[in-house]
Amino acid sequence: MTAPLVEFESVVKRFGNFVAVEHLDLAIHKGEFVAIMGPSGCGKTTTLRMLAGLEQPSEGEIRLSGKRMNEVKPSERDTPLVWQTLALFPFLNVVKNVEFGLKMRGLDATARTAKAMEWLERLEIAEFSQRDISQLSGGQRQRVALARALVTEPEILLLDEPLSALDAHLVIRMQGVLTRLQRELGITFVYVTHSQSEAFAMADRVVIMSNGLVEQIGEPREIYREPVSRFVAEFVGRNNIVEGAVSHLSRGKVALTSDIGTLVASKPAKLQAAQGDRLSFVVSADVMSVSDAKPRSENVVQCELISEEFIGSVVTLFLEAGPGVELKAQIQQRDIEKIDTSPGAKLYLSWPSSNVHILPQPQKR
Amino acid sequence: MNADRSIAIFLRIYIGVVFCFVFAPIVASFVFSFNTDRFPTIPLGGFTLHWYETILSDPDVWDALRVSLITSVTVSVISTFIGFCAAYTDFRYKFFGKNAYLALALLPPTIPLVIMGLAMLAWLSQIGMSGYIHSIIIAHVVMCTPFAMAIIRIRLAQMDPSLEAAAWNLGASEWRAMSNVIVPFALPAIISAMCLTAAVSFDEFAVAWFVSGLNKSIPVIILEILQGQVDPQINAIGTFVFIVSMTLVIVAQVLLMTRTKKEAPA
Repeated sequence: MTAPLVEFESVVKRFGNFVAVEHLDLAIHKGEFVAIMGPSGCGKTTTLRMLAGLEQPSEGEIRLSGKRMNEVKPSERDTPLVWQTLALFPFLNVVKNVEFGLKMRGLDATARTAKAMEWLERLEIAEFSQRDISQLSGGQRQRVALARALVTEPEILLLDEPLSALDAHLVIRMQGVLTRLQRELGITFVYVTHSQSEAFAMADRVVIMSNGLVEQIGEPREIYREPVSRFVAEFVGRNNIVEGAVSHLSRGKVALTSDIGTLVASKPAKLQAAQGDRLSFVVSADVMSVSDAKPRSENVVQCELISEEFIGSVVTLFLEAGPGVELKAQIQQRDIEKIDTSPGAKLYLSWPSSNVHILPQPQKR
Repeated sequence: MNADRSIAIFLRIYIGVVFCFVFAPIVASFVFSFNTDRFPTIPLGGFTLHWYETILSDPDVWDALRVSLITSVTVSVISTFIGFCAAYTDFRYKFFGKNAYLALALLPPTIPLVIMGLAMLAWLSQIGMSGYIHSIIIAHVVMCTPFAMAIIRIRLAQMDPSLEAAAWNLGASEWRAMSNVIVPFALPAIISAMCLTAAVSFDEFAVAWFVSGLNKSIPVIILEILQGQVDPQINAIGTFVFIVSMTLVIVAQVLLMTRTKKEAPA
């Protein structure tokens, strides 16, 4: 395997007493679409800004194509950024905005206009080339910002929550545009977001950060199905987390005594647990089955329906399984008609033991 | 409903009265500058340009005009430059004692002009620089810079702070980001500040009178004419000064307003 394009090695960033990034080791390969995701203040934007040279790491080293970048000025890196605010120049028209990077590289006027127009065409906004930025819609501005960042044909593009200001339907469209561009150009995208749907829809790999630390790095599917910590399990998706003590261990199964009864999970080969150890089972809301009558299967829990949330084709049910234990189940709209959904209805939740993910026991940091 | 209406009418009348109060003397001066009578009396005499001719044939007035023009143009350039630097420092950097720095930078207009003039005279003669055109320039730069800074600061405050970093990110050095992003963004405010500081300097009497020595500026010559003889020459020259100042101030205002409107989010 070739050397990574971007390497963070033991990078720490402090602002006064505040530690924004506590200890970051991360390698990003050429052509990868990496999303860095986490709640606000987790250090994801700081990480991106360090890569662009807008912040200097307090400790550690950042390398780009193997070359140490810590002291390199932002203007001497080829790491264009698409800003959360877009940061388009309001006193320049569309094409002049896109030309900016080329002008700074000393290209002559005709060459840079031609190049800029090429990119405007590619992003389907060539007809607006002479407009002022203030005359564009949100989606069009977004495309100008992309064109401006890509016009110098960099190896890597940094994106800082670029879609956060757009309407929901435009977000989906721009996701398509971004994914297609990234595939076609074959360049590396580093995408910072707090939105799980954006990260999972586009990225090859997702980095989950919290309080300046990386919680998990993996493919979206892996993070979704096999979160490594309670934080990831809670942050990602609609997960149910049940904690309990191991009551029985057999070759293929682990049984857990919890507040809502005895639950069973398939035992992963590498699980090292003894009777009495405390473990957390994670069950995604979408593997839950809901029924009126008690089903004859494993992991059956009787619940009381609290509320439902309807979002199109799927419905999320919020149920109370015992005092203070809330479970979520996500079922298809067409299945909901088969059950009683009046508030307070007694329902049975069940799930197969093969769909239970066991959180690794917390390690001491 | 009716009460609201009468309050509205009252307020309109009130504003009208205020404007009359402010502008009546200027209008009067303007009208009497074309009046044949030596003293401002009503009914008016005939129409004449005599007073303007008298003014324009006075070599002292031409000298004063030259002094005033050199001063106000130079002052506007220097104080706008310093004001821009001060405003940019405020925009870009956080440092210990920043509030004290800002307070000091914005202080000069709060000093009474007579005090300022005296202090300037004492200081400039101490270092042997009193009585020249550049004495007026130095004194006026001190007075005008805070205005320039205030105007440019407001403009920079409207700027997305990531704009400058975006320029660096696209390969602009700090200097090029300054000349290609910060200055173009602040340009309406810069021109506006130049007009306003030129107007302030062009009008200013007290300090100029103290430090100018033999290099009399327009306001100083007005006082001299007034002390010599009272006739509508004063009205003529006053009208001229008023038009110059108002033009500069209006240009400044229009520039600031149109720019802000245009950039309002769509």
